[in-house]
Amino acid sequence: MHVLAIDTSNQPLTVAVLDDERVLATTTMTTHRKHAEYLMPIVEKLVKYAKLTPQDLDRVVISNGPGSYTGIRIATTVGKVLADTLNIDLVGISSLMALVLNVQKEHQLVVPLFDGRNNNLFTGLYRTSQNGPEVVIEDQHINFDKWLQKLDEFNEPIIFAGSDVDHFVDRLKSHFGTNFKSLTGIDNLPQAAKIGVYGEKQDPVSNINNFNPNYLRLTKAQADWQKLNPGRENESYVEKN
Amino acid sequence: MILSFESSCDETSVAVIKNGNKILSNVVATQIKSHQRFGGVVPEVASRHHIEEITICINDALQRANVTYDDLTTVAVTYGPGLVGALLIGVTAAKVVAWAHNLPLIPINHIAGHIYATNFVKPITFPAMALVVSGGHTELVWMPKEGKFEIIGETRDDAAGEAFDKIGRVLGINYPAGPTVDAMAQKGKDTFAFPRAMEADDNYDFSFSGLKSAFINTVHHADQIGKTLNKNDLAASFEAAVVDVLAEKSQSALEKYPVKEFILAGGVAANQGIRERLASVASKENVEFVKAPLKLCGDNAAMIGAAAAAMQHHQEAGKASLNADPGLEFEWAPNEN
Ligand SMILES: [Zn+2]
Repeated sequence: MHVLAIDTSNQPLTVAVLDDERVLATTTMTTHRKHAEYLMPIVEKLVKYAKLTPQDLDRVVISNGPGSYTGIRIATTVGKVLADTLNIDLVGISSLMALVLNVQKEHQLVVPLFDGRNNNLFTGLYRTSQNGPEVVIEDQHINFDKWLQKLDEFNEPIIFAGSDVDHFVDRLKSHFGTNFKSLTGIDNLPQAAKIGVYGEKQDPVSNINNFNPNYLRLTKAQADWQKLNPGRENESYVEKN
Repeated sequence: MILSFESSCDETSVAVIKNGNKILSNVVATQIKSHQRFGGVVPEVASRHHIEEITICINDALQRANVTYDDLTTVAVTYGPGLVGALLIGVTAAKVVAWAHNLPLIPINHIAGHIYATNFVKPITFPAMALVVSGGHTELVWMPKEGKFEIIGETRDDAAGEAFDKIGRVLGINYPAGPTVDAMAQKGKDTFAFPRAMEADDNYDFSFSGLKSAFINTVHHADQIGKTLNKNDLAASFEAAVVDVLAEKSQSALEKYPVKEFILAGGVAANQGIRERLASVASKENVEFVKAPLKLCGDNAAMIGAAAAAMQHHQEAGKASLNADPGLEFEWAPNEN
């Protein structure tokens, strides 16, 4: 199976082309945040270097959030439109879970996190297993201190994953003591090759039209409106001619 | 056969255009109802809707046109000006489709798209002048030849459509207010004599902020003294002032720049008062007057396809690195004025 895997959820951009579990070509960049400009040239090059054409692809695997709203929209648009236009499989995985794939050890609790600003996190709790990460607490947007309270019931070592762990490292260490573990260097970056290998084994989405980024947060305008108009959020607000 | 994309503001649109002037399909998914909840377009909400609609629109456009990807020769897309997050969905989708099917990609300026909506009426005769009026733009564009656009005048403050929306709010009309204000204006009379910002004759820039303030002050003053004003007359007086400014500036531009054709395009070009008045300006100046078809005044991908067909030989094909350019502009005319 020829797989194209992409993650542009945050600052890093990572793309891989695989043939089953074999990596044919991969690139990871952390120096820019110009995903809109750089992603498609990199995809084109890697597919070419892998000696494939777009028509040879069987599946596209992307991280569809949470993360930077623009970042997750770029990967999701590429994934959704490419799968639709080539009539191939689409698999979306959590951008947070993508980091858990970097933990080798089994039966290990892992908390991937992105800084959500104003003392908030995009985060979740996973346990590694032979078949890939298992969700213990769903991905969510949550206040840092509230999140610590939730994690308190797990009295065992936790690996914190992601480049943004740095922003909270002192507070995490003082809270968890020796139970605080972290990853180093490249393991804090999403790696498209691992995302692709994992995505090959997942069920593809059944309706590509309904596949969208997982923002985990409403816009302020929508949140304010919903408070004033409870129960109306599921009405249809787009009209097609 | 061109597959074209437009997503610069609050409409997701995909069209299939044959020979540059035949619309096989023109799917438009409009988010107006969504943004009405907030009183105006919220950019992040717009981007979210675009990504929700994009593949639905592509498939509908192909299906309604009864074509497959094999029938296509070119992909075209609006890459600016507009909301960056909104533009990005169309640009990314177009790049993906072009790459997947090995098709050339033509990047199109949104304003050029509005102007080329008239290609569905007749091909443009050059040199031409276009007045583009919409919620985001009020521009006089001089086109000495195919593929060449120069701005000779633009708004210094609000776009015409924006001014309609703002005074509409004062009259209690929901966004977008333009069509309702226009309908009211048809029933009223210009009794308030609002100011017209004309400035010097050799300057083709527009300004609507003074007019807007005069309108708001008039309504507030009446409220304070408990007087009820005739809303249709208010609308008619406002529209008459806007139309006067557009007509006056267009006329002096047509006098300075001799052209064969005068084009009226953009969302506000659907306004009845503006259509009628600009027609008389054109006839006075002895220039052919061509209006964008009513159905193609608002944002749509068909006009982008028409522009791409006309310009594909004048423009380099876009690359995979094509990016949205929210502030994209035509060049300014060499300083003749
Ligand atoms: Zn427009």
